Amino acid sequence: MKFVKVLAGAALAVFMFAGLAQAQIKIGVYLPLTGQNAFGGQLELEGVELAAKEIPEALGQKIQLIVMDNKSDKMEANNAVRRLIERDKVVAIIGTYGSSLAMSGGEVAEAAKIPVVGTSCTNPLVTQGKTYYFRACFIDPYQGAGAATYAAKNLEAKKAAVLIDVSNDYAVGLGAFFERSFIALGGEIVSKLKYNSGDQDFTAQLTEIISQQPDVLFMPAYFAEGGIIMKQAKELGAKFRIMGGDAMDNPETVSIAGDAAEGFIHTSFPYDSNMPDMNDEAKRFTAAWKAAYPNKEPNVNAALGYASYVMIIDALKRAGKAEPAAITTALAATKDLNTPLGLLTLDQDHNPQMPVGIIEIKDGKRVYVGEVQPAE
Amino acid sequence: MTSDLFIQNLFNALTVGSLYALIAIGYSMVYGILRFINFAHGDIFMVGAYFIFFAAAHLPWPLAAAVAIGGASLMGIIVDRVAYRPLREAPRISALISAIGVSFLLENLGLVVFTGLPRPAVQPQWMVDPITLGSIRILPLSFLVPAVTAILVLGLLWIVYRTRPGLAMRSISRDIETTRLMGVSIDRIIAMTFGLGSALAAAAGIMWAIRYPQIHPFIGVMPGFKAFIAAVVGGIGSIHGAVLGGVLLGTVEIMAVAFYPSMSGYRDAFAFVLLIVILLFKPTGLMGEKLEDKI
Repeated sequence: MKFVKVLAGAALAVFMFAGLAQAQIKIGVYLPLTGQNAFGGQLELEGVELAAKEIPEALGQKIQLIVMDNKSDKMEANNAVRRLIERDKVVAIIGTYGSSLAMSGGEVAEAAKIPVVGTSCTNPLVTQGKTYYFRACFIDPYQGAGAATYAAKNLEAKKAAVLIDVSNDYAVGLGAFFERSFIALGGEIVSKLKYNSGDQDFTAQLTEIISQQPDVLFMPAYFAEGGIIMKQAKELGAKFRIMGGDAMDNPETVSIAGDAAEGFIHTSFPYDSNMPDMNDEAKRFTAAWKAAYPNKEPNVNAALGYASYVMIIDALKRAGKAEPAAITTALAATKDLNTPLGLLTLDQDHNPQMPVGIIEIKDGKRVYVGEVQPAE
Repeated sequence: MTSDLFIQNLFNALTVGSLYALIAIGYSMVYGILRFINFAHGDIFMVGAYFIFFAAAHLPWPLAAAVAIGGASLMGIIVDRVAYRPLREAPRISALISAIGVSFLLENLGLVVFTGLPRPAVQPQWMVDPITLGSIRILPLSFLVPAVTAILVLGLLWIVYRTRPGLAMRSISRDIETTRLMGVSIDRIIAMTFGLGSALAAAAGIMWAIRYPQIHPFIGVMPGFKAFIAAVVGGIGSIHGAVLGGVLLGTVEIMAVAFYPSMSGYRDAFAFVLLIVILLFKPTGLMGEKLEDKI
């Protein structure tokens, strides 16, 4: 009888040991899955999940993703990161779409010393002076310069107007960077107007802008507001071209703005499922996506979500252990990492370098017209 | 500012203002009868916009509008039955808090049921093809919204002043207990009031979605606030006041940006400043002087 007990005990010990060896690496994900940024957040999550399906293990341990919805809300983003760190004890975090959200969540991660890889938060302040925040996307000064270069060189615009959401860190930053670069390129800013998130009537601002007769209007809005801005501009008889930033990269832009979206141009990250010169990794990613989600086109957010996960796995492997400090050091040294967005190398401010993609709406369809190297 | 530009802005102001007015009359009517600010009004507005979005996919537009208005007023009656009627005898503040609760509930329910993704609203094309007069461009909608507002106000006044339920409503606004003693079914009349208020909210939601063709669960929040300001500025409880307040608010917002483009970031703040200034000089609002004569 005693022998049986000993045997059972031993078996239990073996099981427990096996359980320990099978310990999981927990990676948190915080993204806007509901609210105004839900479209981008959802695609980024699907990108992360696709990558996690392809690479389910690192260092011989299973990776467990813990997903939190930050509801496109700064407070919720802060809470989401806090819960991931305090309750779930994650070793690294992926997120988020939206610079305002990333800055709010970043505070918590910075204090708790947990590394985060941002998917599409492009404001420089997200990583500037931070030890633990990294990102897979380019930053707004660069994007703004790209938009200004395209406006001045390709569209031959001399006069530009800007319309900015003052309650959005992303829009304020990107608008200012566009302005600076456009002036540096010899252009003139003829009108500079503002609105607040959630506004739905832009007729007063647009009437004023139209009276200044700019060649181009730069409007770094989110697609929901951008769509109705384009619509109202057309109703008021605007003749200028309208340009936007990466946050306008959304099929709903066209469905909300209708034919008012015709000729609209926005900057984006250098990936699109219909881009002409796709690199091999992007081709492989596109094929894998289409196999995993047959009814959904991959977009740049999906590619960024995918790349963020790949960055963390790469760092885990080079760190050799699933500890936040070691992962942070390894992330900072990310070099020539093969992703759908090209080879990623992080600079001292934790930002990768990549060209700025240009997308234009032609006949109701998004067309990837090429890339610009911003004139600094 | 050139005169063309000024006239363009005037029409912009008329469009926004009459939309605010349309939302505000529902607020004001419910307050006038029940002395209760229905904070869920903006969310019923949102529900109305969603109803027409789904109904218009299967039905011709006018029929879809009728379905949306009917659906929203049913929603209003349900909200009253579930969230306000049990609190009829409780202090007024409890009902007010219940209304804020309903507002959050509807928004989050909207988020779960409809998702947060903005939906493009259906726009009957003739309403949004601009009419061009020289350099001025006006949407037919800019005339339609004030017309709809006027018709609804007349209809509302007719119901309140010329029908028996309207008599009961006015009676409730004076003295609920005595009205009950007169053999009036209080709960039925109040349910009717909410049904009517919600129908107005839905009508506003439908017109709003045509002007700003993008529907999401929080679409009612800011217009709800603005309309509330419009109702208070006009004298809450007064239907005429709500119309006046709405048009005034729209004009202030548009003209502030038109004359001071550099202040465009403070456009919403102008609305609140207007509220404070008017309340400082006329605490009962522009048309709210005769306190006991509210409809």
